[in-house]
Amino acid sequence: MNVAIVDYGVGNLYSLTCSFSAIGQDVCVTSDPETLRAADAVVLPGVGAFGDAIDALRATGLDKVVIEIAESGKPLLGICLGMQMLFDKSYEYGEHQGLGLIPGEVRSLKEVVNPDTLVPHIGWNALHLTSGEDVCKDGLEQAGGPLFAEVSEGAYVYFVHSFYATDCAANTIAVTDYDVPVTAAVQKDNVFGCQFHPEKSGKVGLQILTAFCDLIKEA
Amino acid sequence: MLAKRIIPCLDVKHGRVVKGTNFQGLQDVSSPVELARFYNEQGADELVFYDIIASFEERALFTDALTEVASSVFIPLTVGGGIKSVDDFERVLSCGADKVSVNSGALANPDLIDEAAKRYGDQCVVLSADIARVGDGFHVFSTGGRTDTGRDALQWISEGVSRGAGELVINSIDTDGVKGGFDLELLALVCDLVNVPVVASGGAGCAQDFVDLWERVPEMSAGLAASIFHFGEVSISDLKQLLASEGIPIRLL
Repeated sequence: MNVAIVDYGVGNLYSLTCSFSAIGQDVCVTSDPETLRAADAVVLPGVGAFGDAIDALRATGLDKVVIEIAESGKPLLGICLGMQMLFDKSYEYGEHQGLGLIPGEVRSLKEVVNPDTLVPHIGWNALHLTSGEDVCKDGLEQAGGPLFAEVSEGAYVYFVHSFYATDCAANTIAVTDYDVPVTAAVQKDNVFGCQFHPEKSGKVGLQILTAFCDLIKEA
Repeated sequence: MLAKRIIPCLDVKHGRVVKGTNFQGLQDVSSPVELARFYNEQGADELVFYDIIASFEERALFTDALTEVASSVFIPLTVGGGIKSVDDFERVLSCGADKVSVNSGALANPDLIDEAAKRYGDQCVVLSADIARVGDGFHVFSTGGRTDTGRDALQWISEGVSRGAGELVINSIDTDGVKGGFDLELLALVCDLVNVPVVASGGAGCAQDFVDLWERVPEMSAGLAASIFHFGEVSISDLKQLLASEGIPIRLL
């Protein structure tokens, strides 16, 4: 079983790669479409600005490969900006079309938090597990679903972001409280997204990555 | 609600942690990897590695140690010490650091803050300032707190934030090493001044000093300390239990 991390020239993938190795998962970092298609599960990372990242993804043609993987039913996990790119569109410095894999859009936290609240939202914040009504066909057995199978309500994970996903309640599996409930994780069938960084969230983060890898067997 | 962070700072020289002491169950206290794992298991929210550079060759020892830590400890890592250029940022970020702390390098070349923030984002650039009372005000010091730059510290901090520093580490020279508590007066002034996370450093002598910090300056994002953690005077897990019992938002394992 092999997990492939999409390399489209954005960000540093060292910690993410090491975190999969640490849980005993074979992992590769690749920009090769065939290697991505051959993988059992795919991770879409991302840091920086939405427009630059989605342009870089499209410039490499990997946007189509990511959509193809999502449609194939294989587990796909977007992390941070990689999660935001799963949505329809983002309003980060202009208006940008996303991959359209999960309904919703991405807006600035500044529009919703109190004026004296710090943006970016950086640090450890608690997860509140939810059950969006359109997360998967048969509904979730438990709040948070399979990605959070080993994670307790209220567990802390590490966030670094200034924009957040909204209008996506039907696909939300976890929120965090930052003046308002902020989308922390989403799911639509085999497509998952985490706004936080599991690879920087200590033991809880590794439990989430392990649960993601466990989906390979079920897929 | 965002948890308040507890951050141990590890000084690394020749690829080894200096100032480390005996911990039960820890065989090699000067191994950056062993100490990082130990603090991670105790519940440290972030680790700061400070590179005490002696020579160019020894940089490789530091980055090797950092690479090894980043491959086995999955919490945010901040690196400081001798950061003078964007190339220095690249060097430590590629080894797994999440944030880079600048101090004397930014005083000598303030544009470094702008350049690094533009390239890596504000959240990546930490401005660390060594500050002491001089006359009626506060001055910022360079070269590890040895040289008075003559600059007003609050003015320097404001400039740093407007240039793109996404976080501040405020080291009070006056309280550092005294173990009589954090410099609450200075920290409150800084928190009033800026709208980025502020990390308190210098003066923690016991667990109660952290309680006092957040009771007096609740906006403070994090408390950083070195020797009280390294010498085992305060255990991070006990400290976090105490803070939680005082109603301070803390990540418990």
